[in-house]
Amino acid sequence: MRTDGEIELVANRMRRDIIEMLEAAGSGHPGGSLSAADIMATLYYSGVLAWDPADPCSPERDRFVLSKGHVAPALYAVLAQMGYLPHEELTTLRKLGSRLQGHPDSNLCPGVEVGTGSLGQGLSIAAGMAMGLALDAKASGEELRRVFALTGDGELQEGQNWEALMFAAHRKLSNLVVLVDNNNLQIDGHVTDVCSIDPLDEKLRAFGWHVITCDGHDVAAIRAALAEAVACTASPAAIIFKTIKGKGVSFMEDQASWHGNAPSAEQAAQALAEIDAVGAQLAAAAKEA
Amino acid sequence: MAKATRAAFGPTLLELINEGVDVMAVDADLAGSTTTAKVAAEYPDRFVEVGIAEQNMIGVASGLALTGRTVFTGSFAVFGSGRCWEQIRNTVCVSNLDVKVCPTHAGITVGPDGETHQALEDISLMRVLPHMRVLVPADYNAARAAIRFAAKTPGPFYVRMGRENLPEVYGEDFAIDSEAFAQVVREGSDISIMACGVELAHALKAAELLAEEGVSAEVVDIMSVKPLDEETILASAGKTGLVLTVEEHSIYGGMGSAVAELLAEKQPCRVSRLGMTGFGQSGTAADLLEHYGLDAAGIAARVRELLA
Repeated sequence: MRTDGEIELVANRMRRDIIEMLEAAGSGHPGGSLSAADIMATLYYSGVLAWDPADPCSPERDRFVLSKGHVAPALYAVLAQMGYLPHEELTTLRKLGSRLQGHPDSNLCPGVEVGTGSLGQGLSIAAGMAMGLALDAKASGEELRRVFALTGDGELQEGQNWEALMFAAHRKLSNLVVLVDNNNLQIDGHVTDVCSIDPLDEKLRAFGWHVITCDGHDVAAIRAALAEAVACTASPAAIIFKTIKGKGVSFMEDQASWHGNAPSAEQAAQALAEIDAVGAQLAAAAKEA
Repeated sequence: MAKATRAAFGPTLLELINEGVDVMAVDADLAGSTTTAKVAAEYPDRFVEVGIAEQNMIGVASGLALTGRTVFTGSFAVFGSGRCWEQIRNTVCVSNLDVKVCPTHAGITVGPDGETHQALEDISLMRVLPHMRVLVPADYNAARAAIRFAAKTPGPFYVRMGRENLPEVYGEDFAIDSEAFAQVVREGSDISIMACGVELAHALKAAELLAEEGVSAEVVDIMSVKPLDEETILASAGKTGLVLTVEEHSIYGGMGSAVAELLAEKQPCRVSRLGMTGFGQSGTAADLLEHYGLDAAGIAARVRELLA
């Protein structure tokens, strides 16, 4: 269990890794990876997700499903920060023969629970996993394990999500937590312009979910939201994280054009300088504390 | 006794559960028709009803498989393979999961429901997917053997089953121990009729009609469309030198295409494909098979043309 300050530093280092990976790859998705960094860091480091990098396939683990599979760099970054993936492997992203596929492949990389990348499929998979884990707990009498699934907001335009949301609430899968990275951007523009999913909180409540809305870049708030979500035993819970696509790199923030473009060497240098400046502030604050 | 291939689905899953095999069934509002309701009735924890939501059905099955279970999905073949094809591709096959896609009501013999409900493309759609094995059983006992084999072999399978009662070709103790399964069910020397599913019984009947005319037709059951039993197919084609494939499925990309591809590459000979070339229509199964030339008389007529 890490302090908020420590988690902020992890997220800062993840942003660094994301930029370096994408620059080395020459392609990939910086915007959504950066918007999800604080959520992923808090999930993996706050103690809410029971996952041990020393025993990644333990039957006692919680599961994380990255439904927005294109933000694989954020997943690889957190796995590397946890010491599960060798840090030097990160720059093999998207290259021939790499374990770090452009979209995550569970056959190559055991910290990845299931291959994703085609949007809209993760919530159904997570619901099936939650059912399976509930059956396991019923049979063994052991603690009920949880499933956390991270989806984008544009991704929620896929109809399959609503099949899964209806199903999970009907089945009262209370060990399922859906995390929505609500950065309001998709490839063709703002979600609210392309095809609005609003009011998302009311829709999810109407579907029978416990819904929490929170600032997706405030580690303390993310931690509190996750705690509230896992405490909910009457229904599955969803957290709508209000985020900024490209968060942490000024020229990428809230720009649809940075959904799926890698930074040039010059742009990466500027991005890293900004990230490192924040990192230095966080380190100094940690020292003072 | 004539029984439908689909009638083997639920009972065989029950048989496996009773033997201690950790299987589950997921269905999409068609549990009665597919017979997975039999699992629900006896083992409610081993059955998941998702409602009319085939994409979610495949995702939920995948999630259950990821917690260590062998999961069978149902629905009708049009919806259970087509509506959720991309989920089968990108979740089941990409991650190589223990999900067995086993829809029923495939082919033209669905009958009166008409073209929207007659899956004529599912073999093609499944055959093209990496990791996916495709089995098309020809009777109740073959369907039972296919389901048992799929349950005990890791990874994705497609087992194609139908609605109509079919005459028995195989005995009750029939089992398969190889995924590349084909079998010569009638020996002959003038032509090899290679059939799968519903068409096997019609091919056998056609061979009888032809025998009366002095034509010796060999009949081969191509139960496994992927992978193909190359040895059996090449041996039969080598013996007769003329192949007719018969399936209640599109001739584009189905079993006939698979056999033709194999023969073109390894042992070229004349191959003719009998099957559907467009959508079907409403009618009884028997009337439709006759109309599209897929009954014994139709098969025999095509053989006569080929030998003329």
